[in-house]
Amino acid sequence: MAEYILETRGITKHFPGVLANDSVDIKIREGEIHSIIGENGAGKTTLMNIIYGIIRPDRGEIFYRGKKVEISNPSVAIKLGIGMVHQHFMLVPPFTVWENIILGREVTKRGVLDKDTVCSELRKLMEDYGLSVPLEEKVEELSVGICQKVELIKLLYRGAELLILDEPTALLVPQEIEELFEILDNLKRQGKTIIFISHKLKEVLRISDRITVMRRGKVVGELDGKEADEETLARLMIGKTLESQKLEMYERGEEILRLEGIRLSPRLKNINLTLYKGEILGLAGIEGNGQRELLEIITGLLIPESGKIFYKNREIKHLDPRTLREIGIGFIPEDRQRTGLILDFTVAENIILGRHYKEPYTVRGRLNLPVIKKTATDIVKEYDIRTSTVDKYVRFLSGGNQQKVILGRELYSEPELLIASQPTRGLDIGATEMIHNLLLSARKKGMSILLYSSDLDEIMTLSDRIAVIYNGEIVGILSPKEIDETTLGLYMTGARKD
Amino acid sequence: MLRRILINILAPFLAVLLAFSVGAIVIYILGENPFYVYKILLVNSVTKVDGWGYVLFNATPLIFSGLAVALAFKGGLFNIGVEGQIYIGAFACAWFGITFDVHPLIGIPLGLIFAMIFGGLWGVIAGYLKARFGAHEVINTIMLNFIAIALTNYLVNNPFKEPGQINPIPQTKELFSGSIIPRVYPLFNRIGINISPSVPLNYTFFIAILFCIVVWYFMEKTRWGYEIKAVGLNPRASRYGGINPNHIIILTMFLSGALGGLAGINDIMGYRHRFLDGFSRGTGFTGIAVALLGKNNPIGIVFASILFGILDRGALAMDVFTNTPRELIRVIQAIIIIFVAIGNEFIFRLLQRLERESE
Repeated sequence: MAEYILETRGITKHFPGVLANDSVDIKIREGEIHSIIGENGAGKTTLMNIIYGIIRPDRGEIFYRGKKVEISNPSVAIKLGIGMVHQHFMLVPPFTVWENIILGREVTKRGVLDKDTVCSELRKLMEDYGLSVPLEEKVEELSVGICQKVELIKLLYRGAELLILDEPTALLVPQEIEELFEILDNLKRQGKTIIFISHKLKEVLRISDRITVMRRGKVVGELDGKEADEETLARLMIGKTLESQKLEMYERGEEILRLEGIRLSPRLKNINLTLYKGEILGLAGIEGNGQRELLEIITGLLIPESGKIFYKNREIKHLDPRTLREIGIGFIPEDRQRTGLILDFTVAENIILGRHYKEPYTVRGRLNLPVIKKTATDIVKEYDIRTSTVDKYVRFLSGGNQQKVILGRELYSEPELLIASQPTRGLDIGATEMIHNLLLSARKKGMSILLYSSDLDEIMTLSDRIAVIYNGEIVGILSPKEIDETTLGLYMTGARKD
Repeated sequence: MLRRILINILAPFLAVLLAFSVGAIVIYILGENPFYVYKILLVNSVTKVDGWGYVLFNATPLIFSGLAVALAFKGGLFNIGVEGQIYIGAFACAWFGITFDVHPLIGIPLGLIFAMIFGGLWGVIAGYLKARFGAHEVINTIMLNFIAIALTNYLVNNPFKEPGQINPIPQTKELFSGSIIPRVYPLFNRIGINISPSVPLNYTFFIAILFCIVVWYFMEKTRWGYEIKAVGLNPRASRYGGINPNHIIILTMFLSGALGGLAGINDIMGYRHRFLDGFSRGTGFTGIAVALLGKNNPIGIVFASILFGILDRGALAMDVFTNTPRELIRVIQAIIIIFVAIGNEFIFRLLQRLERESE
């Protein structure tokens, strides 16, 4: 048998303006957990999509068990025994688990789905691999962690020998991540090979037998999992050493925002929270525990059933977003493309959104285009937004630059309170760092920030205090200096409560 | 930018060309010579001054209804109700004209304002239902068309029916002279264009052109145009940006309906000088095609309206001089729309690719 289950030689793929993969050679041994790490845009996902047959490379060869193969589409990959769990699950929410698992490979008896055979096969499979999921439940009712297991079983059911997991931990809490790792170890013991894609160094070190590091479309290093350490990996990944940012000491200032008994069924039970001047209050919680509703209430998009919101001692529960902006509140919404920006507006048009109706942008109902253009140009320069002109449609900017348009727009007017939701989601380390620095320097100038993020590292490094939301209630106010991620995870899953 | 403009012109042009090619096949199957039929079509519309007069006369209401559809479309609304707004606006305008005997300097502007306000309010009904209850404007505007047609039909058959009328189609009295928009032939004859007095082209055409400029300015240069476009493109982001989408939906439907209302005045104030039952005959629906072909752009709408004006004029000649039925023109119009719709999607993808490559 060949030493390597999968080998690529000289894989090269151009996208317009980008060299996504630049003669990439990787070697995956049978029965190992092999991590491929790199920043966003390093080419990991492109490489995996090539291996799985979703896109074709411009050049290069793929060998599977020593034989050269042409993987022209995913069904070829599946036939070879390659399976992939995508970042975004490929499940049909209203279908039950077993229906999802057999989708595309339905077993029928006289034209009717043969549920009994399928389910008994699946139960055996689950037993063999120590993976259990509720077969009869609908996928839409399951948590992210379980959905992931469903995806894994789907692959195993199709006889996958090589499993590719693209950023599988992105949406999981620490406890779920640990559980996933145990499953992966177990699969390895059963002889499966796993390719694990991530940019989280700690996880990679915990799980990998070997690690391949990619940067800008190239393989820049291949290490043994036991010999690698965080610093080496980080240096390889970004070409420089990571500096963990230090928060300066901060003295509690006056009260800026106070929430009292906020209630909105079914998600919010009773929220009490206070935010002080010049602090970053991190909001941590697993998706679906009410944080989205809470933020929409504060930003004036939803009105709570009961409770009070005070901004600088003024009740603001019934104010609309426009008035909230006028009294000094800025918003960075969670979904930058759907809520933050109008993609088919230009950079300039997006930059004035929210203040477009006021002087100097509008004079007697008429848009003052020269002033708008000048302001936009200033903001583009100040926030280092990479765009050829301010007349370019925002749609054509990269994710990081789109987010900088939003940040520039919100910070330019120097609000006293900034509500930031997932400000760096999906951005690479460079853009993330820049946005962190912007938030920190705004805080230094006295701005208060309510920061929600699903990235616990981000919450831990940036926050002065962390409020944990679970099941519609704040279950703890923690200091990031005194706790670790595991403790935070306990609060987030409701296992601990103050 | 230049490329974008070029493609936006090229796509509709190709759609028209393709539609004529398909039309030619149909004519051939019907046993006629396509070249001959098309020649007849063009000779009687665009080779004579009078022909052009009719073409522009036909185009005038289409410009208004095209603008009405386009403005709503920019605001993210599909106003299928222009036809109904035409009837309501036109009837209000006619009521003013048969009731008040005033000087033309007052009568003409007020006639327009009546058409706009009532057409606009008819549009607002669907806008309000959408903003308040989330009821879809497509359904409601379609339903309101039936109501508008039935309502004006009732009015013109009963309280406003011209006494002693012999015409089988019911109509109102004639407007007072103060609300009549004159024909253009005296002016044209003075500047050396010999157009005969029988050509119904009137000053409404120039009002339509003026409104193209006004609508363009409003959409591109004012705060309200900005807000309408913002809501049309992304209501969620607009709300975050402090715009109340519900207010904008109502405003958009008012303005769209007002333009729709104006589409009736060419007939009421400029041609028949009275309200004739069922006079519009689908002008509001053709407006959808005009807006689509004109890419929701005022200049594009003028050209698309003229094209449809040519087809309408040519259809008459085709009917008289060839064995090809005039309904063929409807077929060609429909095929144009299909090709434009396909072309839009195609061009959009092409543009996106070009933009990405030029990064």
